Amino acid sequence: MNVLLILPLLLPMTAAILSLLAWNSRRTQRILSVIGTALLFVSGLMLLESVWQNGIQAAQMDAWPAPFGITVVADLFSAIMVAIAGFMGLAVAVYSLATMDRQREAFGYYPLLHILLMGVCGAFLTGDLFNLYVWFEVMLMASFVLMALGGERAQMEGAIKYVTLNLISSAMFLAAVGMLYGVMGTLNMADLAQKLRDTPQMDLLTTIAMLFLVAFGIKAAVFPLFFWLPASYHTPPVAVSVIFAGLLTKVGVYALIRVFTLLFVQDVAYTHMIILVIAGLTMLTGVLGAVAQADFRRLLAFHIISQIGYLLMGLGLLTTAALAGAVYFMVHVIIAKASLFLVSGVVYRLRGTYDLKKLGGLYGRHPFLAILFLIPALSLAGVPPLSGFFGKLALIQAGLWVEQYAIVATALVVSILTLFSMIKIWNEAFWKEAPETPGAEGSATQPSSEVMGSRYLLILPIAALALAILFIGLAAEPLYLLASGAAEQLMNPAEYIHAVLGRRL
Amino acid sequence: METILAVVIGGLYAAGLFMMLRRSIVKLIIGIGLLGHAANLLIFTIAGLTRARPPLISESLDNSTGFADPLPQALILTAIVIGFAVQAFALVLIHRVIQTVGTDDLDNMKATDT
Repeated sequence: MNVLLILPLLLPMTAAILSLLAWNSRRTQRILSVIGTALLFVSGLMLLESVWQNGIQAAQMDAWPAPFGITVVADLFSAIMVAIAGFMGLAVAVYSLATMDRQREAFGYYPLLHILLMGVCGAFLTGDLFNLYVWFEVMLMASFVLMALGGERAQMEGAIKYVTLNLISSAMFLAAVGMLYGVMGTLNMADLAQKLRDTPQMDLLTTIAMLFLVAFGIKAAVFPLFFWLPASYHTPPVAVSVIFAGLLTKVGVYALIRVFTLLFVQDVAYTHMIILVIAGLTMLTGVLGAVAQADFRRLLAFHIISQIGYLLMGLGLLTTAALAGAVYFMVHVIIAKASLFLVSGVVYRLRGTYDLKKLGGLYGRHPFLAILFLIPALSLAGVPPLSGFFGKLALIQAGLWVEQYAIVATALVVSILTLFSMIKIWNEAFWKEAPETPGAEGSATQPSSEVMGSRYLLILPIAALALAILFIGLAAEPLYLLASGAAEQLMNPAEYIHAVLGRRL
Repeated sequence: METILAVVIGGLYAAGLFMMLRRSIVKLIIGIGLLGHAANLLIFTIAGLTRARPPLISESLDNSTGFADPLPQALILTAIVIGFAVQAFALVLIHRVIQTVGTDDLDNMKATDT
C-alpha cells in the first residue's frame, strides 16, 4: 500500500489530536498548526508526484478486497486538490498566527482547522460514496463550529443559515446514496462506474443523478441554491472566511465533477445540459450580485458564486479540453479567491471597516498592499498573462469546439463584469482620496503596535499566493499539462476502475 | 409492508419540511431531525426488507433460507450516529443564537442577508 495515500488524512488528524492535548498552551498549538499544515502541503505534493509518475494509486484500508473494503484512491484530480488544500491550509495557518484573537485560539481554533483539512482531504481521496458522505460530515462539523466560534451576533445569524442549508443538503445526499444502493447494490465508486455502464438507462437513475446534483449543488453554492453563502461567508473572522471561500465550496464542485464524470454519464444530453444551464446562470447571478455590493467581503463572497459557474461550465461541456480547463481554473480560483479575502482582512485591520464608501487612499499609503490586491484581482478578471486568463481561455476554446456559443458568450460577458467590479474595489478602496472622517484618519495614522509586530506574518501568505498566481500564469504549461492529465483520467474511467478493482472495464 | 413504510417516509419528509418552513428556530431544528429520520428510513426500505433472516451467516450452514443485507444496517447506524452529533450541535447552536439575538424568530435574523 502506498503510504502517501493516507498521509494527507493522518497528518491533520495527528496535528488535531496533539493540539487538543496541548489545549492550555496557545504557543504549542500555534507551532503545531504551521508544522502540521506545512507537512500536509509537502505530503500532498509528494502524492501528486507519485500519481504523476505511477498512474492512479488505490488502496484498501483492511483485508477486504475492493468493492467491500474501505477504498482510498488518488487520481491526478484528487492529488492536485489535496496539494492545493495543503497550500491553503498553510497560508491560512500562518495568517491566523497574526490575526486570530486569543479568545478563539483558546477555544480550539487550531484543532478545528486541522479537522476541517482532514475532512476536505478525506473527501478528495475516498473511493466510496458513503465514505464521501462521512467525510463531508467531518468537514461540515468542523466548519459549523468555525463559523460560530466567537459568538458574535452576525456570526450566529450567518451560522443558522449555513448549518440549516448544509444539513438539508446532507439529508438529500444520504437519501440519494441510499437509493443508488437500492438500485445498484454497491457504493464503491469504481464498482458503481462499471455496473452503471453495463446497466440499461433507467429513469430512476436520472432521478438519483438529480438528487446528487441538488445535494452537491447546495454545497457548491450554484444557482439557485447559493443564498446561504453571501448571507454567511462574510460573518466569521477573515482567516475562516478564506478557508471557506478557498476550499469548502470547491469540495462540492469536486464531488459534482467526480460523480458526473465517473457515474452519471448515461444520459449526458439531459443531465449535462442542465449543468451547463446552471453554470451560465450561476456565473451571471453571482457577478450581478457582486456588482451591486458596496461591502468588500460581501462583494468577494458573490464572486465565489460567479467563479463556481466557470468550473461547472467545464463539467457541463464534458470534453477532455473542457475538464482540463476546469481543473486548471479550480487551482487558479482557489488561490486568487483566498488571496483577495486575505487582502480584505488586511484592509480591515488598517482601516477598521469593510465598507467601500468609507475606505480610500490605500494606494498612497500602502502601495505594496495595493499591488498584492491588483495581482489576484486582475487574475480573477482574466487579464493576461495572469492565471485566470489561461483558465478562461481553455474553457472558452473548449466551448467553441463543441459549438456551445451561448455559454461562451455568457462567460465572456461575466469576465467583463468581473473586471468592472474588481476595478470598483480598486477605485473605492485604493485609488480615491480617503474620506475626510476623523475616525478613519486616526486609525490610519496610528496603527496599533500589534499590527506592526505581526506585519510580516500578515503579508507573507498574501505574497506567497500572489507569487503562485504569477507562477501558474507565466508558466502555465506545467500546470496545464497536469490538468490535461487529470481530465483524461476523468474522461476515461477505465484506468480508475482498474486501479481500484484490479480488473479491466 | 413497503407501502406502509413508503407512506411513513413521505409523511416524515412532509412534516420535516413543514417544520422547517415555520418561523421558530426550535421548529427548524426539529424539522432537520425529521428529514434525517426520513432519509434513514428510506435507505432501510429501498435496500430491500427481509424478515427474520440473519445478516451474518457461516460458510458451513445451509444458506438456502437466505440472509439479510447487513450493509444498509451499517449505513443507517453510521448515519444515525452522525445525525445525533449534528442534532446535539444544532441544539447548542440555537441556544446560543437565542441568547445572542434575543429571539427565536427567524424573521428577526436578517441582518446578514443581502
